[in-house]
Amino acid sequence: MKRRFFGYFLSIFVLVMIVPLIIGCSKRTSAKSSKSIIIWHWMTDRDQTFQELAKRYEEQTGMEVKFELYAPSDVYTQKVRAAAQTNNLPDIYGILGESQDISIFVSAGYVPDMTPYLDENDAKWRNTFFYESLETNEFKKNNRSNIEPGIYGIPIDVTNIQLLYNKDIFKKAGLDPENPPQTWEELLEAGAKIREAGFAPFVAGFGEIWLINSLTSCFAINLMGYEKFENTIKGDVPYNDPDWIKIFSLFEEMSNKNFFISGIVSMVNKQGERYFAQEDAAITYNGSWSVNVYKGMNPKLDYGTMLPPKINPENPVMIQGGAGSSFFINSRSKKRDAAVAFLKWITAKEQQIFLAEKTNNLPSNKNTFEGGADSLLAEFVDDMDKMFHPQTMDFYEHTRVLEKIAKGIQAIIIEKKTPTQVADEVQALKKSLMKK
Amino acid sequence: MDTLEVKQKLFHKLKIGNFSFVLPAIIIFSLFNVYPLFLILKLSFFEWNGISPLDQAKFIGIKHFIEIFTNDKLWWQSVWHAGIITILALTIQNVLALLLAMAVDRGIRGGNIYRVIFFLPPVLSGIVIGLIWQWIYNGHHGLLNHLFTFLGITRFENMAWLADPDTALYSVAIIHMWRGFGWGFIILLAGLQSIDSQLYEAAEVDGAETWHKFIHITCPLMMPVFILVSILTILGTMQIYDLIVSMTNGGPEYYTEVPITRILASMRGENRFGYACARGLVFGAMLLILSMIQIKVSKHMQKDL
Amino acid sequence: MESYSILKKRKNPFVTIGIHFSLILVSITCIFPVAWMISSSLKTQEMIFEDMGLIPKTFEISNYTKALIEGKFGIAFFNSCFYTVTVIIGVVLVSSLAAYAFSRLEFPGKNILFYGFLAYMMLPIPGIFLALYVLVNKLGDLTSFTIDLSFIGLSFLKDPINITIIGINTRLGFIMPQIAMNLSFAIYMLKTFFDKMPPELEEAARIDGCSKFGVYWHVALPLAKSALGVIVIFNALTIWNEFLWANLIFSDISRMPLPVALMKFQGSVVTQYPVLMAGMTITIIPIVILYLCMQKYIIKGITAGAVKG
Repeated sequence: MKRRFFGYFLSIFVLVMIVPLIIGCSKRTSAKSSKSIIIWHWMTDRDQTFQELAKRYEEQTGMEVKFELYAPSDVYTQKVRAAAQTNNLPDIYGILGESQDISIFVSAGYVPDMTPYLDENDAKWRNTFFYESLETNEFKKNNRSNIEPGIYGIPIDVTNIQLLYNKDIFKKAGLDPENPPQTWEELLEAGAKIREAGFAPFVAGFGEIWLINSLTSCFAINLMGYEKFENTIKGDVPYNDPDWIKIFSLFEEMSNKNFFISGIVSMVNKQGERYFAQEDAAITYNGSWSVNVYKGMNPKLDYGTMLPPKINPENPVMIQGGAGSSFFINSRSKKRDAAVAFLKWITAKEQQIFLAEKTNNLPSNKNTFEGGADSLLAEFVDDMDKMFHPQTMDFYEHTRVLEKIAKGIQAIIIEKKTPTQVADEVQALKKSLMKK
Repeated sequence: MDTLEVKQKLFHKLKIGNFSFVLPAIIIFSLFNVYPLFLILKLSFFEWNGISPLDQAKFIGIKHFIEIFTNDKLWWQSVWHAGIITILALTIQNVLALLLAMAVDRGIRGGNIYRVIFFLPPVLSGIVIGLIWQWIYNGHHGLLNHLFTFLGITRFENMAWLADPDTALYSVAIIHMWRGFGWGFIILLAGLQSIDSQLYEAAEVDGAETWHKFIHITCPLMMPVFILVSILTILGTMQIYDLIVSMTNGGPEYYTEVPITRILASMRGENRFGYACARGLVFGAMLLILSMIQIKVSKHMQKDL
Repeated sequence: MESYSILKKRKNPFVTIGIHFSLILVSITCIFPVAWMISSSLKTQEMIFEDMGLIPKTFEISNYTKALIEGKFGIAFFNSCFYTVTVIIGVVLVSSLAAYAFSRLEFPGKNILFYGFLAYMMLPIPGIFLALYVLVNKLGDLTSFTIDLSFIGLSFLKDPINITIIGINTRLGFIMPQIAMNLSFAIYMLKTFFDKMPPELEEAARIDGCSKFGVYWHVALPLAKSALGVIVIFNALTIWNEFLWANLIFSDISRMPLPVALMKFQGSVVTQYPVLMAGMTITIIPIVILYLCMQKYIIKGITAGAVKG
């Protein structure tokens, strides 16, 4: 009897322990992998196109490229951070996050400087890029993190964030669909007419902090000029400066004039995109990547881009933009040259055209759009000269201040706080963080 | 005495044979649970961004804990929110589960079908739940507002339930309770069905009312089940997180922030990994104390009944 | 035979109707999302939010084939089943042994150990996964070795093979931490059960000359079958849906479980909702079937474990 039960136990135990061993023994460094480059990314919708490009590259050069996809974005973020801790990063990887996250990766020494490669042969590679897309990945001279100046990431696309408007709704509201409003007053007037026609004037994912921050910095740069905006981040201009209070009041004014769709303050971006695609709201604030989203949800959607409203006629209107997704090389990779060669290849004109066509993203290679392209994407590209990036790797606002600003604006929209109150709170936080 | 005998005695005295029963559990537990926990504990005394190599972390003593207890209003606000949802879940969700369980226990027709149906929400993916409830709650042609209009109540026209500071937290709590009552229902139903029906029969012969039967028969016998369900509820609710992220992202302002969203904000948003660890440990300690009190109090009550 | 329950059998039809009405009302809220998910899985991306109705105007079966082929569901499905089964066997064996000892046997440090297990259940620390990753990576260095089989002379064995028993990108590296994570609850649950079990049967077996282990294996465990049913369904649901740890530890697509395959359709920018719904419908089926099988155990399980005072 004793034998029998022990036999059972043993057989189950063997099953548990041995089977995974048989199937799961890992061959970490098989002979094959020394000839291949591994790339980690999170872009689910581009995965198929990447795989296709990898196949082409192997055909052309004999070098195997493995694109590995990890999603959604917060899982990807954790994966890269965990791998960085344990020296498990692949040859090439993307870093998800704000500029300051990337800057930590650079200062920790996980990413090599790409400038020498970009500047080879009279800066041949560098000159193919839109300048703005490289700037996002650049540490300038005398940066605060004391990092060797240089460009650390290679952008594979560029993005910018603009206002989009629905032409059909504009027509129904008696507005000219080819001449969208340009000034603040015009925008609010248009909003009133859209409301009368039975639509919500404006929708956006204001539940997400970065989106509010982006629109706020657009307003700020137009109202006070880039220099004063910069000085605020440096700490020389307080957030309760009258100009900043004016910016916070803009949101109050929009809210009072019933400009926002109901429930905007806790709306995540995906939900906001759905409302715009279903033609519930006339205007939205979203990035160039959303072209793809709207195309899938409502191919008949007729919309155009417009610049954020001019608040101060003396200053130019600028839009947020820069590198969309960038790839970084692992500084410990033994295949650095092969990795650089592949990045050069994927940012070359032919591959960039392929990527732009297949995935509806703006290419980082400025020569791509010499030929015709999707008209809407071209509209985004046209505004490339108006781009700025409020956060760069060596110049950014503290995350907690950004969160406070966004949450404060949410509170203004739901009429829980006044603009002055929010401005004072943000400034108090900024001050306490500056002390540290 | 020969040595073999001594060894055998020692073996029995230390109960090494008994100990070997728990040995696999202890090995697995201490390797995969205790070790990471110690690392987290260690990191809570360090300033570390979660990215750069671990040896670059800076020791700062108990500064993080001091900050949590003296200068972190948002954190305590988020704990308070989780507390509210927990209290709601403990009462409304579990009472609903108990009522439904009692109704099905009555030998009602189709009881087996209900048992399967009520188990569906816990199985369902969070993505589907998020999409459905966003559609119900939204202020722009939302289902709930249509329902109110249909019933002739016009007060809530265009009310965005998830964006209003007065309703946002409760709206999320309702989804959470709806999602969780199935577990409670099944466990409670199982408990009810096990109660010997003769006890009720005898009570009825004595002319006892439903209420009396509940107090004197059901409650004492069901106490261990109540403890089990309420501990499950507390743990499930305090760790509520994915629902918040997909429904409100903590907004409007800070009105629906919960501890886990704050821990993640400090860990990934602000890159203060050490501080996030400290927050997690403080929160864990609170849960631990709460659960211990719960177990002690319920054991006491059980003795009294 | 008439059965008695807490509610008196009333003749009043209004009460019965009222009970039925409320049960059906709650049922509708539970069924609707499932019905919506299934109907959405048959719609196109354009239709899905335009028409929230339950009856799809089109029947896009292609969503299912797309989910199965593009998501590589076949291998992922096998992996998910494999992980779920192994983790559950591990949890059941280890936790039942420990719970039995905590309930019936004496050994030094018993109470401290039990509360230690219990305490872990309460600690919700999102950062724990990073710590676990660091640990498994270390284990990977410790447990990997190289075998050189080139002397056999077979061509495919010409290169030395690196074997890692437990580490990053190994199945065991996924399974063991999962067992550890689900251990506490199972021990707590099973101990409650063993505590309530009448000891007479076990004593009889002892007198018959059964060893302690024999009593556990032949008497206690079969009696606990029903409580084990509860643990099986609880754990199956958690492991079946686990994807953060899978994503962290695996880089080989052939080892990923189902939820990881599903995430492919939920992009950071574009979400292919109908395909996602189709994938989720497929994913949900095994767990519902398992629940149906385990139901009778669960009903008996909690009963016997907790109530017989």
